Amino acid sequence: MIEAVGLTKRYGAKTAVYNLSFQVRPGVVTGFLGPNGSGKSTTMRMILGLDRPTAGHVTIGGHPFRQLPNAPRQVGALLDAKAVHGGRSARSHLLSLAQLAGIPAQRVDEVLGVVGLQDVAKRRSKGFSLGMGQRLGIAAALLGDPQVLLFDEPVNGLDPEGILWVRNLMKKLASEGRTVFVSSHLMSEMALTADHLIVIGRGQLLADMSVTDFISANSADFARVRTPQTEPAQREKLTAVLTEAGGQVLSEPDGALRVTGLPLPRISDLAHDADVRLWELSPHQASLEEAYMRLTQGAVDYRSTDDRLAHLQPAPHPGQPGYGMPPQQVVQDVPQQGWYAPPPPGQNPYAGAPQAPAPGPYAPPPAAPPAAAVPPSTTPQPSDTTKDAR
Amino acid sequence: MAAASAVLQSEWTKIRTVSSTVWTLASALLVTVAMSAALCALFKSTFDDLSEVEQATFDPTFASFSGMILGQLAMVVFGVLVVGTEYSSGMIRTSLAAVPQRATFLFSKIAVAGVLALVVGLATSFLSFFLGQALLGEHRTTLGADNVLRAVVGGGLYMGLIAIFSMGVATMLRSSMLSLGILVPFFFLISQILSAVPKAKEVAKYFPDQAGSKIMQVVPDAMGQEKAPYGPWGGLGIMLIWVAASLLGGYLVLKKRDA
Repeated sequence: MIEAVGLTKRYGAKTAVYNLSFQVRPGVVTGFLGPNGSGKSTTMRMILGLDRPTAGHVTIGGHPFRQLPNAPRQVGALLDAKAVHGGRSARSHLLSLAQLAGIPAQRVDEVLGVVGLQDVAKRRSKGFSLGMGQRLGIAAALLGDPQVLLFDEPVNGLDPEGILWVRNLMKKLASEGRTVFVSSHLMSEMALTADHLIVIGRGQLLADMSVTDFISANSADFARVRTPQTEPAQREKLTAVLTEAGGQVLSEPDGALRVTGLPLPRISDLAHDADVRLWELSPHQASLEEAYMRLTQGAVDYRSTDDRLAHLQPAPHPGQPGYGMPPQQVVQDVPQQGWYAPPPPGQNPYAGAPQAPAPGPYAPPPAAPPAAAVPPSTTPQPSDTTKDAR
Repeated sequence: MAAASAVLQSEWTKIRTVSSTVWTLASALLVTVAMSAALCALFKSTFDDLSEVEQATFDPTFASFSGMILGQLAMVVFGVLVVGTEYSSGMIRTSLAAVPQRATFLFSKIAVAGVLALVVGLATSFLSFFLGQALLGEHRTTLGADNVLRAVVGGGLYMGLIAIFSMGVATMLRSSMLSLGILVPFFFLISQILSAVPKAKEVAKYFPDQAGSKIMQVVPDAMGQEKAPYGPWGGLGIMLIWVAASLLGGYLVLKKRDA
């Protein structure tokens, strides 16, 4: 059991972790999520007594880490896969760690077998790939058969077989009644591995709940609708009908429509009444990734933007398709941010009757993209804009 | 509480499983012995060209340690790398996560590396002495002569203490590159140059290498050197104060700062 109370860490003027309180319980895998720079690693280092908290405290089994009797037998940690002297062999590295806790040398060979490094045990770790380094780090964490395990990004650089192995290992360790605390950026992996989540952003606690609660509290579902690609008119017609019926329609890059605010049977009925054939009508379940993105979008420190290549391309010239064409039904594109932000909780589109067409979750944001500001130049095929630019 | 014996064993495993240990200690020994031998041979062949004062105060023991000025740099590198690679590799976090007691960790590491450096230092000084005396011919001295054994053992202590001093400095600076960048020019250039500059040499006398090297002299102000205000053991004492200060500084940095 790991318990943090009011944990705060400041580096000069920058606050890395602020007033963080949580418990990591034994018997379950607890995922530790947060954007880059949100303070995950700092928190892990404070748990291990490597960094001193500016305020608050964190204990493992009731003791501060530095006062733990025989720490390696109680707590195993993987912080950084590359934290190995490159000139030392994998076996020597583990042997030096084993001797600290009075662990017999046979145990070193045993964990090397567990992580599958027995064939390279005598090789210098300098030549190890990131995945092999992770396995070595996991071996070091398992060495003392500890009751509390911390893993910082354990699946980084592992192959699919390795990822599956780590997933099962975490679950097995937790099922044996151990405390397992894992940080990761791979949401799909976390959804499969973790039972409980602690999410932080900018050093503060955003969520501390089970994975299922987290997803249902932070996401909403939508329907994907596809009309025959050969008949663009049908797409326009359906968009008009759905919008009229109170749905919000967004265009996906491949031409499909993303509909919220209408249940699936109603979409089907409307299409049938409008005499539009459908090639696809599928429910889309929110994933942990979407729920996470929604929760942390305000707390992301480092956000990527599109590479516009503005200085590497000739100036655009008039005469693009779209000019001179009759005004068309404008379909707002799905925000191209590489991720989908679901509507805020409580606005589940499938809950009850269609809502009034109030500013929906997909209404253009105040600072709309340029495409929306100049309707005539917007074409229904969102991919056209990128093609034209080339 | 990780037992000190467990940490000592672990540090011994760490130190014997990296090749830099062998390379630095072997070069400390070989460079010192080879350069001392070469200079002893040179002294023998050019003894008649030396001034009368120099001939009168010729110190055959100290002459056979003249290679230490270069060999001690390898000891500095050894001391710095033993501590510095923990930081450059990130291993320090793994180590401290396993041994949360900072004092136990640091002093066990320095004990293992320090004893090893002392053993190699003693081997170096005895080898240098015997080879140097063999090459000095009629100007040689023997271990049985007054103060000679003290000087030879002192030469080994000096080499070991230089390495331990470097370990303390590297713990304070937490970086191999920075530590080497300061220590190597200091011992090889700054200390040597300042000891020849009129006013500055009053201060330079109290530098760890200047003070510590007095233990290796049998003739107190050999070869026309100025007389130091302390004896051989006093000089070693001054060096020990430097070593203690660097270890204390290293310990405080390790204890106070985040790893």
